[in-house]
Amino acid sequence: MPKTPSALRIGIHRGKIEILQFMRQRESVVFTMLFPLILLAIFGSVFSNSIAKGVTFSQYFVAGMIASGLVNTGFQQLAIMIPVERDFGTLKRLRGTPMPAISYFIGKSILVTVSMVIQVLLLLAAGVAFFGVNLPKSADKWLLLAALLVLGSACSTVLGIAFSTIPKSGRGASAVVSPVVIILQFFSGVFFIFTDLPGWMQQVAAIFPLKWMTQGARSVFLPDSFATREVAGNWETGRTFAIITAWLIVGLIFAIRTFKWERD
Amino acid sequence: MSKVISVTGLRKSYKDHLAVDGLDLEIEQGEIFALLGPNGAGKTTTVEILEGFRTRDSGDVSVLGFDPSHRGDAGLIWRNRIGIVLQSTLDAGDLTVLESIGHFSRYYSNPKDPHDVIELVGLSEKKGALGRTLSGGQRRRLDVALGIIGNPELIFLDEPTTGFDPEARRAFWELIKNLRNEGATILLTTHYLDEAEALADRVAVINRGKIIEVSTPADLGGRATSLARVTWRDGDVIREEKTSNPTALVQKLSAQFSGEVPELNVRRASLEDIYLEMIGGTHA
Repeated sequence: MPKTPSALRIGIHRGKIEILQFMRQRESVVFTMLFPLILLAIFGSVFSNSIAKGVTFSQYFVAGMIASGLVNTGFQQLAIMIPVERDFGTLKRLRGTPMPAISYFIGKSILVTVSMVIQVLLLLAAGVAFFGVNLPKSADKWLLLAALLVLGSACSTVLGIAFSTIPKSGRGASAVVSPVVIILQFFSGVFFIFTDLPGWMQQVAAIFPLKWMTQGARSVFLPDSFATREVAGNWETGRTFAIITAWLIVGLIFAIRTFKWERD
Repeated sequence: MSKVISVTGLRKSYKDHLAVDGLDLEIEQGEIFALLGPNGAGKTTTVEILEGFRTRDSGDVSVLGFDPSHRGDAGLIWRNRIGIVLQSTLDAGDLTVLESIGHFSRYYSNPKDPHDVIELVGLSEKKGALGRTLSGGQRRRLDVALGIIGNPELIFLDEPTTGFDPEARRAFWELIKNLRNEGATILLTTHYLDEAEALADRVAVINRGKIIEVSTPADLGGRATSLARVTWRDGDVIREEKTSNPTALVQKLSAQFSGEVPELNVRRASLEDIYLEMIGGTHA
């Protein structure tokens, strides 16, 4: 019996192909990558006041937008893209080849990682260049950021794959997925200061991972003195990682159990 | 000759509808086998079970000695030996022809050379063109290229020439015959009877989930020995006679008219006539 190429090698090549296709879809590159920058420009200009000593709204907002970047490049991108691929027959065609299913997901993870890194770098660069955002100074904070990006991106990726079974068609996917993301962003303290939101909104947001990603990003970008103004009076780093990990596990189970290669 | 596909007593139903009802089928190595049947006859369901896309309710199915309903690593090794050309797909619009084919070649243990395959399907001039810029016929050629890149022993072709112009169809038929000459077995489903007649070594007619006949295109439904219909003009009327000896009749008529028989027409049943009769349709 001939030995077929390894799942990892095929997966890495799928990653290259995914990135190539992504870069060629100019509208989606612009929308995915530049839209957060436009939001940063708008919110940074409208709310130019300080919200605490040494903390501008832009600083607060960049933390929120980086957390949002995890959701946009993982959850939103995949939950819209996979139904389109299902409609176009891409998935069925792949199913008919010896490509292992895991290779498809490795390819998607590579795409998400690359687009997430570009997204975060663009936000940081624009924040520093135009809105006086301060980067973290200690190695600990950078390490925390890296851990948050890795875990958050993985969580967002599996949830995007799991959610991809919900839109009935590729054409309708964006209409199903985008409102979920936007509402979560409002509830999770991306656009507004979380503690200023009504209590019930905070409680709903606390169920979902974006709130915790946002809070985690604040713990990286805001001074530790700001922690007293969080809901719990501290950064809750342990709980943040625990809740994101829990969602990662739930997402993984659903992604594996419910993934659909074909339209019904 | 060894059997590439062997099916006995295949059954599959959806909710309240019986799609395949005790179907038997055997396909030999190296033949082009066409599956004909109206929409809803169970053609697609049968082929998708053979391709491992669908599960069956009962029956025995062996494709290249393997049960297609099995999953896991053995399933992937089996997929390494087959090629599937699905009905129209629209994917990979943002990749060039060469990129798509080159990428798919990495899935297989012993792929053909991507450049050779591009040449074979006649897309050399479009090698660097993005998928979304291809015409319908070129797109279909790309589909075929992706189906054969893995050097398959068995190729499934589903309605391969829908939307082709006549010239493209003939070129495509040559391509399919070449693949068979290289040793592949081909299972073709088609609506076009001329396609089945031009390509297939054997055809099976499927209706209401059962195979109603398997034979060569020339013999289907007793076509080779069916009565010929001879018509000619005699004065003001068109006369018609059905006969098993049309040559003798024409000679007799020729003598009667001392030479040319006015508006002489000798016709045997076309594959389409036979087919429509078999599936209970009306003559066009």
